[in-house]
Amino acid sequence: MENKIIRIASLEREFSVGIETIHALKGVSFDVLEGEFVTIMGASGSGKSTLLNILGALDRPSAGDYLLDGTNVGTLTKDQLAGIRNRKIGFVFQSFNLLARTSALENVELPLMYNAKVSPRERREMACQALETVGLADRMGHAPNQLSGGQQQRVAIARALVNDPVMVLADEATGNLDSKTTLDIMGLFQKLNSEGKTIVFVTHENEIAEYSNRTIVLKDGEIVKDYTNQGRQAILD
Amino acid sequence: MTVFNLSKIAVKAMARNKMRTFLTMLGIIIGVTSVITMLAIGQGSKQSIQEQISSMGANMIMVHPGSDMRGGVRMDPSSMKSLTLDDLSAIRRYAAQLSALSPMVSSGGQVIAGGSNWPTTIQGVGEDFLMIRKMEVAEGVMFTDYEVKRAAKVCLLGQTVAENLFPDVEDVVGQTVRFKNIPLKVIGVLAAKGQNTFGQDQDDVILAPYTTIQKRIMAITHIQSIYASAESEGVSEQAEKEITMALRASHSLADDEEDDFNVRSQQELINTFSSTSEMLTLLLGAIAGISLLVGGIGIMNIMFVSVTERTREIGLRLAVGGRGRDILSQFLMEAVIVSVGGGLFGVLLGLALAYGMGNMLDWPVVVTNQSIVISFVVCAVVGIFFGWYPARKAAGLDPIEALRYE
Repeated sequence: MENKIIRIASLEREFSVGIETIHALKGVSFDVLEGEFVTIMGASGSGKSTLLNILGALDRPSAGDYLLDGTNVGTLTKDQLAGIRNRKIGFVFQSFNLLARTSALENVELPLMYNAKVSPRERREMACQALETVGLADRMGHAPNQLSGGQQQRVAIARALVNDPVMVLADEATGNLDSKTTLDIMGLFQKLNSEGKTIVFVTHENEIAEYSNRTIVLKDGEIVKDYTNQGRQAILD
Repeated sequence: MTVFNLSKIAVKAMARNKMRTFLTMLGIIIGVTSVITMLAIGQGSKQSIQEQISSMGANMIMVHPGSDMRGGVRMDPSSMKSLTLDDLSAIRRYAAQLSALSPMVSSGGQVIAGGSNWPTTIQGVGEDFLMIRKMEVAEGVMFTDYEVKRAAKVCLLGQTVAENLFPDVEDVVGQTVRFKNIPLKVIGVLAAKGQNTFGQDQDDVILAPYTTIQKRIMAITHIQSIYASAESEGVSEQAEKEITMALRASHSLADDEEDDFNVRSQQELINTFSSTSEMLTLLLGAIAGISLLVGGIGIMNIMFVSVTERTREIGLRLAVGGRGRDILSQFLMEAVIVSVGGGLFGVLLGLALAYGMGNMLDWPVVVTNQSIVISFVVCAVVGIFFGWYPARKAAGLDPIEALRYE
């Protein structure tokens, strides 16, 4: 009875650059089950960024189906896409993308600000809880410039978790961190995964992929490998 | 996203760049301050002119003879003899809306008292004249109807005349002055009235019964002008019409003939002079308005910089679920807060400046609620107008590109 969070069938994406048409994705198909920790790998130009954008409901495919938690994302309007991003997806970026001079708590609250159903009080509670989950309960009032890189990324992860998304989508989330902190953050992702979160992690580093359960490798817009990992355990402090 | 959330986000964004926000606001502040101050000065001068003209008389209506052609020569209206005492009685009979009526004949010349003399104007008037012109007797009494009837040789001196003729005399009342060899007994001194709007000394005058001037000094039977007071400001126009009709009947003018006299009311004078200062107000306001416009363009400029600078923030907001219209509202809100906040400071500063200047330079200033409301509304409109385009630009950004923006 495993639930398929993502169902992708012969997904294509074309870009027109002048008179040329670039096929960034040439019919990609795969499913992601609930509770999986998937890394998507590929060199630059492999189409992984394009796939990430589509997975993140930032972009729509030219052809093929993308079902996220049962919703066909390809057919939605711009505003509906924003709604999907707001409620079903949690983004973690390489460069953290925190609002400067804004406290960690308020940074985490941000996605909920765009959800009219959440009251200010619920918002605060949910944000506190998310910060506790990432181990930053004592840093809520700190602005990003008062936090280390690792802590900033934890805040960003808390922000991705605060709306209880069906999928956390990380884009090179450890690219700006040193190896020790990377290990730390990967440990956090593993912990979240063990608690049931579905995680899709886009990276170009083999090492990172080893911490996941499954790796999908893209090359020239097609899947060339799709294999299961041992899920090497990152050491958590 | 609620308005409250929006305001909070906008205020935070502005707080992150206090100096820039302040400088942007400064454009609006200067604009609104100058609008408020300029309008206050314009309104003040308008009001002071109105007050001065009102002080000339009580709902006064003046009748002067019109000019005429005599053998192809256009005659000076003041030398016309077309107004008579019959006209006066016709007006008295016909015009019901008048509270006071007085003829006037005047003559200029030297007035002599003992060793002193002084050039002045002697005005022959009726008893009502004081009321019409809002004059008061400081010492002594006004002449009565009885003295008018018998062309009594009495007069009242204006302050300027009294001071120049009797510099050392304590009690001027009871003295005698001579005008064109006619001795006139001083029965009163008029209260000082000062200069009028046109710089004339209103105290350089002698009042005497018009009969005395007509018969004893000028040897004429006509009168030079008629002064009247309407019962109230509201009936002034009606009274003017009645006077015109009375005079036309009295002069036996056919329907197609033009009036051979001019009826003018104080209200018309006020309107004439107010329109000048209204022009001035408008001009000052327009100049100040331009500075407000420049302030608005400043807002647009800064908003563009802000949108470019915060491209990644916009990208992030879009990524976590902000819709285009949320972004639009956020930036629009920032523009409006800057402009309305600037407007608020501007109004306060404008009030302070207007009253400060009024006090220091002794200028009449009047701040109307209207000017405050208008500049406030203009501020909000300026904010929305100049904030709209940058906000649209922000809302139209592609989230993917915005997130990658360096």
